[in-house]
Amino acid sequence: MSGPVTILIDGVEVSARPGQTILDAADEAGIYIPRLCHLPGLAPFGSCRVCTVTANGRPCASCTTPVTPGMIVENDTERLREMRRQIVEMLFSEGNHFCMFCEKSGNCELQAMAYRLGIPASRYPGIWPVRDVDSTHPDILIDRNRCILCGRCVRASRDVDGKQVFGFVGRGHGKRIAVLGDARLRDSGVDVTDAAIDVCPVGAILRKGTAFRVPIGQRRFDKEPIGADIEARKEKP
Amino acid sequence: MSETLESTVRRICRSHGGDPTRLMDIARDVQDRFGCVAPAAMDLISRITGAPRVEVESLVSFYSFLSRSPKGQVVIRLCDDIIDRMHGYHRVARAFSEELGIGLGETTADGKISLERTACIGLSDQAPAALVNEVPVTELSTDRAREIVAGLREHMDPRRLVTRSGDGQNAHPLVRAMVRNNLRQVGPLVFSEQVRGKAISNALAMSPAEVIRAVKNARLRGRGGAGFPAGMKWEYARASTGERKFVIGNADEGEPGTFKDRVLLTELPDRVFAGMTIAGYAIGAKEGILYLRGEYAYLRPYLEAVLAQRRSDGLLGPKVAGKNPFAFDIRIQMGAGAYVCGEESALLESCEGRRGDPRNRPPFPAQKGYLGGPTVVNNVETLCCVTKILEAGPAEFAQHGSTGSTGTKLLSVSGDCRLPGIYEVPFGTPLAEVLRLAQGEDAFAVQVGGPSGQLVSRTEFTRTIDYENLATGGSIMVFGPGRNLLEIVHAFLEFFADESCGYCTPCRAGTAFLLRMVERIAAGRGEPADLARMEELGLTMKAASRCGLGQTAANPVLTSLVNFRPVYDALVKEDPEGFRRSFELDKAVMEAELLSGRRSKHAGIEKGGHR
Amino acid sequence: MSARPGERQKPKIATVSLAGCFGCHMSILDIDERILDLAKVVEFSRSPINDLKKFDGRCAVGIVEGGCANEENVEVLREFRRKCDILVSLGDCATMGGIPALRNSIPLSECLETAYLDGPTVVNPLGRIPSDEEIPLLLDKVYPCHEIVKIDLFLPGCPPSAEAIFSALTGILGKSRPDLPYELLKYD
Repeated sequence: MSGPVTILIDGVEVSARPGQTILDAADEAGIYIPRLCHLPGLAPFGSCRVCTVTANGRPCASCTTPVTPGMIVENDTERLREMRRQIVEMLFSEGNHFCMFCEKSGNCELQAMAYRLGIPASRYPGIWPVRDVDSTHPDILIDRNRCILCGRCVRASRDVDGKQVFGFVGRGHGKRIAVLGDARLRDSGVDVTDAAIDVCPVGAILRKGTAFRVPIGQRRFDKEPIGADIEARKEKP
Repeated sequence: MSETLESTVRRICRSHGGDPTRLMDIARDVQDRFGCVAPAAMDLISRITGAPRVEVESLVSFYSFLSRSPKGQVVIRLCDDIIDRMHGYHRVARAFSEELGIGLGETTADGKISLERTACIGLSDQAPAALVNEVPVTELSTDRAREIVAGLREHMDPRRLVTRSGDGQNAHPLVRAMVRNNLRQVGPLVFSEQVRGKAISNALAMSPAEVIRAVKNARLRGRGGAGFPAGMKWEYARASTGERKFVIGNADEGEPGTFKDRVLLTELPDRVFAGMTIAGYAIGAKEGILYLRGEYAYLRPYLEAVLAQRRSDGLLGPKVAGKNPFAFDIRIQMGAGAYVCGEESALLESCEGRRGDPRNRPPFPAQKGYLGGPTVVNNVETLCCVTKILEAGPAEFAQHGSTGSTGTKLLSVSGDCRLPGIYEVPFGTPLAEVLRLAQGEDAFAVQVGGPSGQLVSRTEFTRTIDYENLATGGSIMVFGPGRNLLEIVHAFLEFFADESCGYCTPCRAGTAFLLRMVERIAAGRGEPADLARMEELGLTMKAASRCGLGQTAANPVLTSLVNFRPVYDALVKEDPEGFRRSFELDKAVMEAELLSGRRSKHAGIEKGGHR
Repeated sequence: MSARPGERQKPKIATVSLAGCFGCHMSILDIDERILDLAKVVEFSRSPINDLKKFDGRCAVGIVEGGCANEENVEVLREFRRKCDILVSLGDCATMGGIPALRNSIPLSECLETAYLDGPTVVNPLGRIPSDEEIPLLLDKVYPCHEIVKIDLFLPGCPPSAEAIFSALTGILGKSRPDLPYELLKYD
């Protein structure tokens, strides 16, 4: 492997390893690029497109695009922020999201992203799709109303748990997460200890009996916006 | 019954080597045999091949020609695109529906016949058309629809619906299709006289590097639409390391309004296969795959016979004859009804037996493609050009067309013109000339390049067909005076919403919301601000979508907003009181009125005051 | 309530709860003693806070809690749009439909049957779904306010905090577009 390369993110020089993605390089440098489907430890997926940046003028998903020497990246521009707002608003309007009673509220990455991007309400008309809930498992619940098709559970089940419990079926707007084909969670072989249960960014896959334990005001995103942990790295010497 | 299912599925899986990467073939065979791939069959396939159960479900749920619930013994798929609609799709659909006593998407009570709609089947020049199982039926009328149903009721054999064969090889005993080629203008390159075997012997007399140089010297660019230089693609694949390399002929011609590959595969399969063989030699591949769209399954037996002939003639097989003999063979991979599989990385996924979600790039197929090996994916027409270049030399090829766009282009012209069909024209031909040839001069709009291309107005008919100006994979849809622009745009968006794989947000959700916005405007319920919002969303889809489908899905809106702005402006208006024009109270209370049996007090006021 | 001669007319505020639970209005009251500061600079027109049932003139600000679930909600919201300069969607029901919108993916007839006939807690000896002339007809689904009329400002939350409401109101009255700081933008 050759030595590190330098890229420019919003005018800031960032050192990166060859082959590293733009997003990973930014993370290490304490620059937060908003993202929903990406999760360290899982294979980059590139589905939510919230992490879209421009690299040498061309738009691309920063979670799947490797750096090239001297690459000029734009991340925090008004056009890109607006694009991200549109994507997040569409994610809200294409599903059935009821934050006011959702167990994940305050710890939800979709909600936190909307807060960070300053979205007061989605500008898209609600589609109100009919989606189902599977609560057959004693410890785990899947509520497809809230699913944003990020594929984290699919990847974690396949690559971390070695099970391939979850997968996508259907296409277009009818695409949804299936469990072992057409099984119910109870019969799927999924375990409460599986990594796939922990990775959901929204309240679509939940452990039963764990909700509402942390009081409002002390939840993950109550005080600090999503990405603050990454931005905090910049301050370190 | 379950015994039969098990033994049959077992046999089918075995015939494909029990190979999980051949799930497409396995699922297609099971579908053909049982009229569906039922959950029990999926369980078996998963158990026998070792493919995860959820992946089998994923695949079956993705392709429109596969289904988990039973279909009729005969499935009638009516081609529902804008061209077919213009030529009487709705009338024909109603006739089928009445005659069968079922609606679209339904199966007759006896389980014999299903009626469905499908996206463009590559017969826009003889619309309205349909597929009856694999058999194409063309130029449908209401009478013809009734005859077809009567015939099927009698014999249940779609092949017997073909009473007369089309021209050329459509009459070949292995094709026997009523399809006509409608080859209107034969150009100097693709449809020129061919000398079978010459291109291959010329190529094999050269080194692979020299073959690539010839293709580069001809400045051949991909004919599928994107226009990537073919020689460069080959060079990347040649330079990539991998034990197995592959050449894939992309015959998944799904862009609505294009049907040139249909004619190439019917009339020039040797040229297509020779091009693949030459590509194999150039990049060091031994294996080729022709990915044939499910809609063209009727050509498969014929194409298999052509391949067999080439094997016995020494043009394919363990020792392709020539100065530098090498091994190369080709198999046919069938698709199953998914437009996105024309995108090369989605096509690779499909070839490997999965749903057609495009891949992240990099790596590019030339680096890591089919089964991880360096792979070249070329359009059928590109491959024909390759053969011609090796036959006649790059100089002869490059003297046609323009500097940036050498050679000729096959155009599939359909819609409001007297002579729909295939035209081979040199690059640089003005659109107006194409319209003159096809006798569609009075067009008010032309969609160049299919729904993913651009909708151009009369003032732009002087523009030329080439990569620098009006780029097109070949689809030219002509719209005459009196056609409704919004109806056209709506049909295209409906198509993209149906065909989106659903992987990325901007395409999956963007097509759904854009479709609703266009519906609202077409209904006269739009506001001026909606136009700006549509444009903004379209630009986001273009920039942020993951593959070509999503990046171009907003083109019908984006290009028509520029080229036909007055049409939109006339349809939108501001409400003086700040009410949203998209909300219609009388429609919103209709259901409650019906349930309660009383009339709304307020909706009436709206009728007087608001309308 | 009306201005005395010589005194500058105070801007008027109207508020209403459509398909909401009045929780957002409770949150308005939660601004506590600051409501007195507010009363110094504004005058309440039609509002449950002063129990005024009709508009008594044009308002500078209209605050709408709840979305539109029936034809009457639509009429009231439209009247607010006609009579208010700045219209504010207050709370999740107004901004996105909220809890009432849970019925949006269920057919209307099924909703009515469950509510009045088949539901586990239903006591309805007559076995009829109420349908008096006085009962407004339900809409096919519950709409957020901005799908019915143009909305100028969104204050999400269930309910929005008193802090958010006060800061937004003072922003509007100060003629600046109030952007909610991170701590105040909440959907729950």
